[in-house]
Amino acid sequence: MDENASIGYQGPVCPIPLTHTEQIVMGHGSGGKLSHDLIQRIFLPSFDNPALRAGDDAALVFPNPSTRLAISTDSHVVWPLFFPGGDIGRLAVCGTVNDVAMLGADPLYLTAGFILEEGLPLEILEQVVASMHAAASEAGVQIVAGDTKVVQKGKADRLYINTTGVGLIRPGVEIGGAHARPGDLVILSGPIGDHGISVLEARGELGFESHIQSDIAPLNHLVSAMLQVSDQVHVLRDPTRGGVATTLNEIAGQSQVGIVLNEGSLPIRPAVAAVCEMLGFDPLYLANEGKLIAIVGRSDAERVLQAMRLTRYGEESQIIGEIKDTPQGRVLMKTTLGSTRIVDVLAGEMLPRIC
Amino acid sequence: MKYLTEYRDASLVHNLVNEIRQTVKRNWVVMEICGGQTHAIMRYGLDQLLPPEIELVHGPGCPVCVTSLELIDKALAIASQPGVIFTSYGDMLRVPGSGRDLFSVRASGGDVRVVYSPLDAIKIAQHNPGKQVVFFAIGFETTAPANAMSVVQAEALGLKNYSVLVSHVRVPPAMHAILGSPENRVQAFLAAGHVCAVMGYWEYAPIAHQYKVPIVVTGFEPVDILQGLLLSIRQLEAGRFETENGYPRVVTFEGNRPAQEVLQRVFQECDRKWRGIGLIPASGWQLRPEYAHLDAETRFSVGQIQPEESPICISGQVLQGLKKPKHCPAFGSLCTPEHPLGATMVSSEGACAAYFHYGREAYG
Amino acid sequence: MCLGVPGRIIEMYEAGGLSMGKVDFGGVTREACLAYVPEAQVGDYTIIHVGFALNLISEEEALETLDLLRQIGELSVLPGTEGEAE
Repeated sequence: MDENASIGYQGPVCPIPLTHTEQIVMGHGSGGKLSHDLIQRIFLPSFDNPALRAGDDAALVFPNPSTRLAISTDSHVVWPLFFPGGDIGRLAVCGTVNDVAMLGADPLYLTAGFILEEGLPLEILEQVVASMHAAASEAGVQIVAGDTKVVQKGKADRLYINTTGVGLIRPGVEIGGAHARPGDLVILSGPIGDHGISVLEARGELGFESHIQSDIAPLNHLVSAMLQVSDQVHVLRDPTRGGVATTLNEIAGQSQVGIVLNEGSLPIRPAVAAVCEMLGFDPLYLANEGKLIAIVGRSDAERVLQAMRLTRYGEESQIIGEIKDTPQGRVLMKTTLGSTRIVDVLAGEMLPRIC
Repeated sequence: MKYLTEYRDASLVHNLVNEIRQTVKRNWVVMEICGGQTHAIMRYGLDQLLPPEIELVHGPGCPVCVTSLELIDKALAIASQPGVIFTSYGDMLRVPGSGRDLFSVRASGGDVRVVYSPLDAIKIAQHNPGKQVVFFAIGFETTAPANAMSVVQAEALGLKNYSVLVSHVRVPPAMHAILGSPENRVQAFLAAGHVCAVMGYWEYAPIAHQYKVPIVVTGFEPVDILQGLLLSIRQLEAGRFETENGYPRVVTFEGNRPAQEVLQRVFQECDRKWRGIGLIPASGWQLRPEYAHLDAETRFSVGQIQPEESPICISGQVLQGLKKPKHCPAFGSLCTPEHPLGATMVSSEGACAAYFHYGREAYG
Repeated sequence: MCLGVPGRIIEMYEAGGLSMGKVDFGGVTREACLAYVPEAQVGDYTIIHVGFALNLISEEEALETLDLLRQIGELSVLPGTEGEAE
């Protein structure tokens, strides 16, 4: 760069962030672009098959023509282990129950693999397991197989859990990320950002205090209630890591449609909004663990919405947007001021900003 | 939220937009010089609401992006050293140095920690007496008082394991550099409201006078930005070029005296290199000799730094290219439509990129 | 460079020799340094940037501005004050 160049200043000079192709960085786990790139570059080439390629939260497999199964796996490494509104155990059960339910399946069985750090107090493990039991009971699933490994002190943040879930997809149900159609409406089951902010707060690094609780919840009963009143539910997805923005971008890509959100309709708790203001976060990228997005045929949307509002975890459901045929693969948002902006995928970790 | 929501009110926004439309008669180029304002314009699509006569240009107002490559490389070198806890504001972690960033350093074993406030870095130093804690003190005049206070505190607490890597930049010299350039097109400035909360706006009067350019102190919410614009357009149309305070609820002419006193005590002016622009004389602050012992640059020997910009980005041509993305050689390949810029405006991840590609082209 | 958020001071105390306070941003609170607003009192609103109060917010100025802005488009009255230098 020519240091003697006169200041013909043309605009912001932001250097492009690195793509991190040599090492894993934390951003690879955030559910955004880096995570996506990792899957595309490393995992898919080796594990390629139609179920995996579909890219939904759970895999749809047919061991025989009359049996359609949904299978999903999730590892849970959240720290701290306990936070307001939840813990790693509840998260481990609900996360996988929900992934299976997002394919329109009834979750039936879970496995649970534990990686325990040497020195972990047994009391902690008991609490976590009790929480898993409570969540599994609420969801109506059984934990039928498991495994336990112990690693040396320092090799795990006290406790990691992997859960795999299996569910049966009901006959006639065709739900998946590629099924959104122009004209459909987008429904969100409740306020965004609760989980992301509650965990951030529990980490204590940024020093703020609020009463925000994580929203971890099993959503399979909510999904059942929706499927009972409508066969026009085309897509279901829970906006976990990467938030609503990343999830909707995935769907827009899978279905090759455009999604237009209405900023004014987005439900968000005032305290969550306040934390976002303080740190410079966009709530659309915060993780949710007890919410779902449903993309529903327009004629049935109101009926589905009402059915959702009668359930425990869907009381605050809102219609937040609609599906268009363009711009394909893109998510836009109509702001409260009437202008339109792009809602992009999260690149890596979300960081507090000063700018 | 009080003092926030009122300034996002759609009806006030539309009143202002209408008034701007009625006031503007000729084409004008207005620059806002604060990353926070650019962010708000992007996030709310304010530029979409404006009449075509007004061209908004975004100034070098993000300290994260203008921190020189050399200094980022120094930061990376220091952060890589054993026994160092490197603390930084969050958005600096993603900024690329020559081939690495602070994420890579962390991935390789460096102790890199995000802090919300420099006082948090002081606490980390107090709790880790066996380690050297370095704080990356970047920012404009808005952030300098906070960074300065950490220096004062370190001294007061007798901390031997705290030091700062300083890269402060000042707005007035940047404005001189931009306005003084033969290619300058900027005809009015929206001055950064929070910089002025600290420094006041008395420094801008000579600039407005010298270059015959209206300078309006402007806030950060949609109503504030549009108000600042309206005031500048009014001046432009009337042929006036004065400083004006469009953010009076926070900014006064003299600014914040206690903050300025601490700044004078801790910092002195120096030349600074701005990434993507070059050296702007007297545009930075560095530690005064009395505090030089807290300077991380001298405390840590980082060897010869040979900064290497990616050849694809950050060059004069590419700067021009970013305005017309299809001419940028990286567009569509390494530099995807989603992230032609990237490091800054980070939390809205794409809003800024969108502006340059879709905001103008597709959504008007 | 300017992510400053308005908050209300709900508590004031000294810590480490510095004037500190607890600030409420509307459902979330955080500690902030009040050294640069020595005139601050509990109940005042301030702009917080990286854990420091930059200035107190003048309610009077705020109301005046909002009032004038509401009238814009009808009376063409301009909010804002001209600088003291020319």
